[in-house]
Amino acid sequence: MIPSLQDLFNILPPVIIGAGILIALTLEMFVKPAKKIIPHFAFLVFLFTAYYSLMTMDKETYSLNTLMSGGGLTNILYFIFTFGSAIVVLISYDFIRKKDIVSSEYYILLMSAVLGMMIMASAKDFLMVFLGLEQMSVCFYILAGINRRNLLSNEASLKYFLLGAFATGFIVYGIAFIYGASGSLSYLVITNAIVTGQNITFLTIGLLLFIIGFSFKIAAFPFHMWVPDVYQGAPTTVSAFMSTTGKTAAFAVLIALLLPLFTVGNYQIFGPVLSLLAALSMIYGSIVAIAQKDIKRMLAYSSIAHAGYMLIGIAAGIPAGSAGVIYYLLAYTFMNIGAFGIVAYLEGVEETNLHIEDYAGLANQKPVLAALLSLFMFALAGIPPLAGFFGKYYVFVAAIKAGLVWLALVGIVSSAISVYFYLRLVVYMYFRENSKTITVFDSSYSMLGIIIAALLVIIVGVFPNTVVELITHFIS
Amino acid sequence: MIEQYIPLFLVLATAVLIAVGIVASSTLIGPQRPNDEKKSTYESGVKPFGSAKERISIKYYVVAMLFIIFDLEVIFVYPWAVQFKSLYSVFGIPVFTTMLVFLVIFEIGYLYAYKKGGFNWE
Amino acid sequence: MIPVEYYLVLSAFMFTTGVIGVLIRRNAIVLFMSIELMLNSANLTFVTFASFLGDSAGQVFIFFVMTVAAAEAAVGLAIMIALFRNKQTLNADEVNVLKW
Repeated sequence: MIPSLQDLFNILPPVIIGAGILIALTLEMFVKPAKKIIPHFAFLVFLFTAYYSLMTMDKETYSLNTLMSGGGLTNILYFIFTFGSAIVVLISYDFIRKKDIVSSEYYILLMSAVLGMMIMASAKDFLMVFLGLEQMSVCFYILAGINRRNLLSNEASLKYFLLGAFATGFIVYGIAFIYGASGSLSYLVITNAIVTGQNITFLTIGLLLFIIGFSFKIAAFPFHMWVPDVYQGAPTTVSAFMSTTGKTAAFAVLIALLLPLFTVGNYQIFGPVLSLLAALSMIYGSIVAIAQKDIKRMLAYSSIAHAGYMLIGIAAGIPAGSAGVIYYLLAYTFMNIGAFGIVAYLEGVEETNLHIEDYAGLANQKPVLAALLSLFMFALAGIPPLAGFFGKYYVFVAAIKAGLVWLALVGIVSSAISVYFYLRLVVYMYFRENSKTITVFDSSYSMLGIIIAALLVIIVGVFPNTVVELITHFIS
Repeated sequence: MIEQYIPLFLVLATAVLIAVGIVASSTLIGPQRPNDEKKSTYESGVKPFGSAKERISIKYYVVAMLFIIFDLEVIFVYPWAVQFKSLYSVFGIPVFTTMLVFLVIFEIGYLYAYKKGGFNWE
Repeated sequence: MIPVEYYLVLSAFMFTTGVIGVLIRRNAIVLFMSIELMLNSANLTFVTFASFLGDSAGQVFIFFVMTVAAAEAAVGLAIMIALFRNKQTLNADEVNVLKW
């Protein structure tokens, strides 16, 4: 099978990003002021790809002999990756420039990580899943340690690398068993193998190992130990990038693989496993986040809890659940990038103001920032009418429809717990006095990115039905 | 089943007996007059110098890493090259251009490493 | 003809060795070597199934696993060098400025 131009055209968004990477590398090699050009170039490439993905959403196609899919749900995911990354570029621009970081490589790595995510999202075959996952992960390892004179960044990078590679081992071993049981690497054939029930033991072992490996990548409970350290140690903008788009890509793979197994294959064995992971992640993330004093660690534990809420939608095993997860991911991407963006904005070059106490009295000194951060905290806590609320709502409704009432109840309880630590930050900002003045570095780019994220959180929250109907249309 | 292996065990036992016998008899019977030259590691080779635990310059690892990456990528070219004739008869020119695209991407990476001084020893 | 189970047991044994190595060893390089062992056991499983099923997809997958493992090795060693320059150790227990 030789790829034709039509094949490339069907998956044009990743091809554009890939070409962008090559052009950026060439620019970096031969053009002197590349440091100034590449951030703008990356931003434009991301923005154009996001626009193109939205415009070509209606054309659902396969490419490369059903190795990859284009259009439909895939393009919605492309939009999340690229638009999220465009905002990340905005919030990184001054943050990275003022630190001692090789800046053009930072943006090239962002682009290659996005290429990996796009391959994961469009993959209909384990080969592409593996390649996309590794492309993304390797870029993440480097990005986490890109501030290489900083010991924390080094440590975060090493831990992420070791545990990420460990998880990859599980994933590859799982794929090997799935391949052995079904004789193919394609999702379609695997679903058929489930229906006919041949070699079901090997298939179950393989899928279980695969899910364990992916639980590392999405930061679900028993496999979460790298998350707080990595999100704390990595540069803040990188944490914003990894925690949102990376999680979206991993969930995209789980949805594309597991939803057909649940619906077509009527294969319910992973329902309880995923429910358990979801419940534990939610409770653990919400409770441990209360004890955190460092704001980046707090957001990391909140990220574990959110992985739990999203897993509910997959454990439900019905299309409505998966649609809820994708809506949730869309909302989560923008609110978390916004929250991390404000942390980066306040943290500045010296990496101060990371303690919760440092946020005391922010409302007096920087009223706009305090208002925006409160907005993101309300959205993360799931307070209506912001996007975070409807994300949880759709996921819980799907769980109840699928008969997992207990899981929805656990979700509601842990949401209630999580309100405490999100609102604590708001209380610090508005009702506590701070003797010292909070210094920030002025960056209109960061501010612009944060405001765009805030607007999207509101828009996605006000029109939830439109978004979910679109997603449901493409899922079924 | 196991009877088939009896000749093999016999050969093994004979070999061990002969080896042990020769070494034992030579140490017991033969004269022993050791000197420094005879006891050195390589009696008739280059004289050993320095320590085995010397530290190697970090630049070596950069070159080694680049070597590993570019060396392994080439395994994608071998199957293509071996099957080229039969593929070409079926698919025509795209067989060639596809690999060309792969190599161009590959070369940009190589050029980047070169431009960034990855191969500079100084 | 050696039965397929023998290969699977061998690869399962290798995989377990790798997992145990990751869990009990403390030097970052040894940890990484254990991870490589896990990947290679998966490769062995792939070859076994590919030859057993008479299908070449599994063998092609190994090419990709190998190249990706090489890329990972390069990145991993670079990360370790960066850490060693700041900290002078590769012992995972001493890498503890961030709490585990």
